[in-house]
Amino acid sequence: MERLIRESAAIVQVEMVKLIRDPTEIISRAIQPVLWLVVFGQVLAQVRGIHTGQLSYIAFITPGILAQSVLFSAIFYGIAVIWERDLGVVHKLLVSPALRFSLVFGKAVAAGFRGILQAVVIFLLALVMHVSLRGDPLAILAVLAAVMLGSGIFATFSLIIACIVKTRERFMGIGQLMTMPLFFASNAIYPLDLMPPWLRVVAQLNPLTYLIDALRGLMIRGGESVHGYAVDFSVLLGVFALMLFIAVRLYPTLAE
Amino acid sequence: MDNASPDTPDGFAIKTSALTRRFGNLTAADSIELNIPYGEIYGLLGANGAGKSTLIKMLTTLLSPTSGSAEVGGYDITKSPGEVRRRIGYVSQLVSADGALTGYENLRLSGKLYGLPPKVRSERIANALEFMGLADSSSRLVRTYSGGMIRRLELAQAMLHRPAILFLDEPTIGLDPVARRLVWDRLLSLRHDYGMTVLITTHDMEEAETLSDELAIMHSGRISVVGKPAELRASLGAELGRDATMDDVFVHYAGGLIHESGSFSEVAQTRRTARRLG
Repeated sequence: MERLIRESAAIVQVEMVKLIRDPTEIISRAIQPVLWLVVFGQVLAQVRGIHTGQLSYIAFITPGILAQSVLFSAIFYGIAVIWERDLGVVHKLLVSPALRFSLVFGKAVAAGFRGILQAVVIFLLALVMHVSLRGDPLAILAVLAAVMLGSGIFATFSLIIACIVKTRERFMGIGQLMTMPLFFASNAIYPLDLMPPWLRVVAQLNPLTYLIDALRGLMIRGGESVHGYAVDFSVLLGVFALMLFIAVRLYPTLAE
Repeated sequence: MDNASPDTPDGFAIKTSALTRRFGNLTAADSIELNIPYGEIYGLLGANGAGKSTLIKMLTTLLSPTSGSAEVGGYDITKSPGEVRRRIGYVSQLVSADGALTGYENLRLSGKLYGLPPKVRSERIANALEFMGLADSSSRLVRTYSGGMIRRLELAQAMLHRPAILFLDEPTIGLDPVARRLVWDRLLSLRHDYGMTVLITTHDMEEAETLSDELAIMHSGRISVVGKPAELRASLGAELGRDATMDDVFVHYAGGLIHESGSFSEVAQTRRTARRLG
């Protein structure tokens, strides 16, 4: 256990050092949520065509936009991994005695911390847009935990895709193909009960749905988790464990 | 560098038995038999696509063999890969130092992944930077380093945990003669100080002859010849009826005809590395 923590922490440390040294990625990734909340959210709110219960439409989509931000950031983690493979960094890591699990888990945790930075941006934006946010410390901690889990899931999923496709060109195509369906087949910008039955089934199989469901209850005053937090977090943990299991097995193939 | 002496066990540092790797219909390494004693610098030569990198990848546990076996540092590469990794250092043909980190940060990462205790890690990093002439550049990002500095940093990274066996895959590719000599000097000093075994792949005949105690030449996945550089030259010279150079030896045993060898990705990779270091 000590070894796992030490090795994973080493990976997290270098990822954070690189992020702090060049935070432009965080800044550039803040632009999309701004567009969704400020432009799309406000326009659709005026239409009043989507019933969001007691919540304003902006309040309803804020957790969805946070989850989208987490998804879009984490899903392109695979590009960085392919880049590291082309440079030879992956070979260096795999020749070391570090556990494969530590190398992958470290990447997932680092993605989680990136997700938290994005959550801070969304929180601030939501406050500016007068979204009524929950301020109790337990809820905030739970939001951070959900964001870390969500980031970990999509970052490891991205790593799995990278291990399979192995080139940046192929990854870019698949990355684009994955992110939009995952986003639109979820409860990010409309409730599940507005979806046609077939789409509702797809949404129920989408881990993003459970992330957003948890965030909606934990972030927004008056918001609630439709599935219940126990289900939301169980699904997120289960999917994360599965992604880790697959990623640990595939990661060494990058060096072949 | 501080003078920690490694163990000097009997037997071979690297021992392979019919080691083979296939990729579909292509046999990249074919029944390789190698016995490399501890403490030797062993050259592995061959044209692009001869199978050198495939062999190195198998011995460093990056690639599993299709058949056959190998022991590195006394441990089987497929049954005990973790033990093998603890005992080896590796400088790949690719530039593996992270350009977005400083020289110090790259070494710190290696030290942590190899489980060096904090005090030992700090001391060794300081000594390694001093020895490699990188102490003044340690806080600079590696992307600002020259090719020679990057290679010396990678050597330092590979050596930090005092491995018994060091694998160097074309370590001086893309370097100018001055930088190349500096890397050779450091390598020979390290071998002298620590008695480590080195397996080095190279296209550079001068490098092969200067550094290698013994060498093997690969061609189409197989070992064509094994011997000491001087003996190989003498033997071929007798055959040719004139003094033979290492180039002559290489051409004779690595396939005299000009082959269309090496895949696109291999050539692209080599050029990328040469560009980055040059």
